[in-house]
Amino acid sequence: MRRPVAVRVVGSFELLLRPALIAVALTIVLATPVKMFGLTLPEPVLPLVLAFAWPLIRPSMLAPGVLFALGLFLDIFWGGALGTWPLALITVYAIVLGSRNLLAGQETRVLFAWYAICCAIAFFLVYLIVSMEAGRAPSLIALLWQIVPTLVFFPAADWMVQRFDDGDVRFR
Amino acid sequence: MAFRDGPFDQLKVPLAWTAAVAVAVALIASVLLILADRRMDGEGHEYGPVRAGFDAVAAPVNGVLAAPVRWTSAATDYIRGYFFAVSENRRLRQQVAELQPWRDQAIALKNVNARYETLLGLRTEPPVAMATARSVSESRGPFVHARLLDAGSGKGIRIGNPVINEHGLVGRVVGVTGGVSRMLLVTDVASRVPVLVDRTDARALLTGDGSGNPRLEFIRGVGSVQAGDRVLTSGDGGGMPRGVPIGVVARGIDGSWRVKLFSDRGAIDFVRVMLFEDFGQLANMEDLDAPPLAGLSTAPAPDAAVAAAIGDAAARRAGTAAQATATAREAAE
Repeated sequence: MRRPVAVRVVGSFELLLRPALIAVALTIVLATPVKMFGLTLPEPVLPLVLAFAWPLIRPSMLAPGVLFALGLFLDIFWGGALGTWPLALITVYAIVLGSRNLLAGQETRVLFAWYAICCAIAFFLVYLIVSMEAGRAPSLIALLWQIVPTLVFFPAADWMVQRFDDGDVRFR
Repeated sequence: MAFRDGPFDQLKVPLAWTAAVAVAVALIASVLLILADRRMDGEGHEYGPVRAGFDAVAAPVNGVLAAPVRWTSAATDYIRGYFFAVSENRRLRQQVAELQPWRDQAIALKNVNARYETLLGLRTEPPVAMATARSVSESRGPFVHARLLDAGSGKGIRIGNPVINEHGLVGRVVGVTGGVSRMLLVTDVASRVPVLVDRTDARALLTGDGSGNPRLEFIRGVGSVQAGDRVLTSGDGGGMPRGVPIGVVARGIDGSWRVKLFSDRGAIDFVRVMLFEDFGQLANMEDLDAPPLAGLSTAPAPDAAVAAAIGDAAARRAGTAAQATATAREAAE
């Protein structure tokens, strides 16, 4: 007689809403005006971590909607043009969704390289939009100071992939 | 007939496809939003209700987060002041001694200046009222340099008002709600400030690029700028008062002229919003709004006596003219 296998279903709250709320909360905390020894807090684009991890874990109709909302939050909270960050985040989601079969089961180094490429594409898109809108290209050094903290948050994406990938056997 | 009883009861769409459809819809919505964005519309003096509402909620939250930082900073300053009181006292004494002659010169110059203004009948700019605010949140990425201030239209702040701290110009207000306003820093990629070089009076444009030191562009004249020159607002265009200190000129690593901001000398915590209303505040707005030549009106229609007098005068003028013409013809013959 076969023993029943316990299937743990990972719900939308656990996979989508909770990480999204954490990203929003961290973004707000990191916007605190602190200056110590001439240094300020970093300003990573945390939803990029989610845009990379979510399609790898499970394709979903809800995730692009949540990413769209997160992008709008960034635009309004930081004061940028509406639609800029939603476009960048959804583009990353689309790229990872398209390359899902390639990335499944790859080791962490490969995932990091793909994450870095996705970040580069997202920042390039935003750079292009802001340059066209403002009529001047932003400083590349300043851009680097946002890309590096965003890349540093890759372990969060990796942890999510490891944590949720086998959580729901229906989506293998 | 229920859906599950129909021909589609066995229809199964892969999750990736449905996700792809959602992605396509979100991409289209993003592009449409970008095209429809009116954030930098020069004609728009209104702040969008969504942004305004969001700022009104975000500012108090960030205010709470910023409070411990401020307390820590105040405690550090207190301890430092306690332990370094003697050296600070010596430094301040020396500074006061150096500034004494400058104060005397300033009083003398102010006196002379007032006499010249009286002699020439100059109408100088009135003093600008200020509103004090505290910075509660900041975005410091390469694409946006902005801060939320905990004072809004309730204190008379309006879009376009310049913002300074104790060292110099910080930015200008780009959005206002009742109790919160958003300030765009001079380092933002969308910021443009007309400036002048104090030494040569050369005009230039201060343009931010997301880095800490904005560029000096469109400099008038050859050799009119050198490293160490002091840069002030020129007041051109009427958006800002003339003479607000900004910083000193320096060469960037890319060879361009940049400005080291005075406002970077300390943390931008408390700021003052200049309630400056461009050139409009010099004139009585009601007089300006009145229709042109309002004092002059069309002459009333003439009554019978006046009409007869006008007709008589016209007939006599015509008769005189005809007589003169005949005389001239005879003389010619």
